[in-house]
Amino acid sequence: MNDSEILVKVEGLSKKFCKDLKTSLWYGVKDLVSGVRGSRQERELRPKEFWAVQDVSFELRRGECLGLIGHNGAGKSTLLKILNGLINPDAGKVTIKGRVGALIELGAGFNPILSGRENIYNNGAILGFSRREIDAKLDAIIAFAELEEFIDMPVQHYSSGMKVRLGFAVAAQMEPDVLIIDEVLAVGDVAFRMKCYNTINELQKKTAIIFVSHSMPQIAKLSSSALLLSRGKVKNQSIDVSKVINQYFLDSPIDNKEMISGSGKAKIVKTNFDASKQISIKKDSLISLEFTLDISPEIERFGIRGVVYDSEFKGLLDINSLHEGHIFINKGSSQSINISFTNPLNHGDYSLTLVVFEVDDNMKIKERLLRYEGFYNFKSLSDNEFDSYIPMSVNVLINQN
Amino acid sequence: MPLETRVYQKERTLKMGALLKASLKDLLGSRFLARQLAERDIKAQYRQSYLGILWAFITPIATAAVWIFLNSSGTVRLSDTGVPYAVYAFSGTLIWSIIVAAINSPMQSTNAAKGILTKINFPKEALLLSGVYKLLFDSSIKILLLVLFVFIFGVGFHWSLLLVPIAVLGAVLFGSTLGLFLTPIGLLYKDIGKIITFGMQFLMYVTPVVYAIPKAGMMKTIMTYNPITPIILTTRDLAVGFTPEYLSYFLIVLAICVPLLFLGLVLYRISIPIIVERLSA
Repeated sequence: MNDSEILVKVEGLSKKFCKDLKTSLWYGVKDLVSGVRGSRQERELRPKEFWAVQDVSFELRRGECLGLIGHNGAGKSTLLKILNGLINPDAGKVTIKGRVGALIELGAGFNPILSGRENIYNNGAILGFSRREIDAKLDAIIAFAELEEFIDMPVQHYSSGMKVRLGFAVAAQMEPDVLIIDEVLAVGDVAFRMKCYNTINELQKKTAIIFVSHSMPQIAKLSSSALLLSRGKVKNQSIDVSKVINQYFLDSPIDNKEMISGSGKAKIVKTNFDASKQISIKKDSLISLEFTLDISPEIERFGIRGVVYDSEFKGLLDINSLHEGHIFINKGSSQSINISFTNPLNHGDYSLTLVVFEVDDNMKIKERLLRYEGFYNFKSLSDNEFDSYIPMSVNVLINQN
Repeated sequence: MPLETRVYQKERTLKMGALLKASLKDLLGSRFLARQLAERDIKAQYRQSYLGILWAFITPIATAAVWIFLNSSGTVRLSDTGVPYAVYAFSGTLIWSIIVAAINSPMQSTNAAKGILTKINFPKEALLLSGVYKLLFDSSIKILLLVLFVFIFGVGFHWSLLLVPIAVLGAVLFGSTLGLFLTPIGLLYKDIGKIITFGMQFLMYVTPVVYAIPKAGMMKTIMTYNPITPIILTTRDLAVGFTPEYLSYFLIVLAICVPLLFLGLVLYRISIPIIVERLSA
């Protein structure tokens, strides 16, 4: 077997879709007729149609993984459907060699009334296994899903995590040459997710993988090249995965999730940045936030806290004036505050939540005066391709003695 | 071993022969999947129901019962059918229900699999085959019931009774072929399913289901040419031991169905990607 054989070849692929249901159905009837008659003419956009995928080309060899990224509605799923042979392209050509496996929907063909064991056969049959194959793999599947105890229970009483586990366990038995993965791994608990990744890693050596995910760390971890789709067109395509991911973040829509809560005794009056805009900051550069606060006169002392969250609302950084040993005195009028820190974050979208709290005589937090979510939204851009899937890196000294 | 190569592009092979060959190959190759799907549906259906199989023949029995009552109470006057009227009516409605189920089957099976059709690539012919399996399961129970009636009402055993299953296969073939042609468009528009249900109600009255073909008149012409007539009559004649009068018409209908079935399979194969596109858009 040639190691560099091309398993997937996509040339100038295009697909159009219709925005309106009734029109879409009518075009369906027309396509049925022309499909039967075998029309060879060039497909052009009819009224109310748009290109869901336009002029996409790539090649994939065994052992390679293409990370397919793009914002919602960019055409990723449509592209996968064409690659999977579910729908026909309107232009271009796909050539796929070998057995194709798709992790697009786990647990297809499950019937809720039937037991887990029976559903293994249903799901396995749809994925193309023979009865003998399933018989042979049954124990391995049950063990992988960690469902020994519940395997004869109707699937409708399974938790959603259990269903996914069973579905993945069956799918993991596939031995595909080409594997298509569409965001199925975002479910289940951490331990099982790790198991899934290990399985995919194992598969990667002998398969060509096309991987769709919104999680950039996952893309960076698995992919050997990346393709960014935007409104059906290829925006960026490179073996420099980090560069494509940066482009993805640059394109991400401004998501201004501002929310203000707290006792209302503190107010932001002025900032040195525009809170409604997302700002791009290079990694390792200085972030300096200046703002003016109005605090009710009865508050004597106060503190400031800033928490940086990533796009999945995971807290990454905590900046706290109490930790730094600062207590601010209410000067009665507007106070000017400055927060500065060096940006340690690798590329991604981040949001800083600002908290202003009252401090009592014992240096303890007393009352939360203001909590401002989405106070400062920024994109962090990193040029370093090595650290792309870890949220943050800091400068340390590592010496060989 | 060389790897199987698939090519997806706008221009597909449109050679009837190649498509039919691929379709039959998938049909044959998907027996396990089809059986699995049929088994799944049958099991699930009966596990969640106490009356179970009763539902398969409650409609034909109810229809027959109504007609038996109408006839025996003298509300309607029906010409003599040559066999006890109960047997005539029951056999008619049972066979009719098999044909109706067969017409609906390809569309129902495909429709029920909408969710996986848009996500997973598997031989779609398996859906048709699983529909046929389910039909055969239901039909065999209906045949048993029919045989039971034949004995209960004193018609007694005839060797031709053994040919009934074959005639029923013919009914399934006819229904499935017709259903297959309606499936592509029926998947796009829900109206088709409604039209079938609605239309079959009327069609029943121009088919000798609960009464015989009249001796003369327009109704006689319509009923004689109706292609469902020979299927009902032949099956019934075989069940009660008459010489099947419409046997040659029956065979002609089946002979026409075979090439049409192949054509329907090709049509189905071409249309599925187009339909999936519209379902998932």
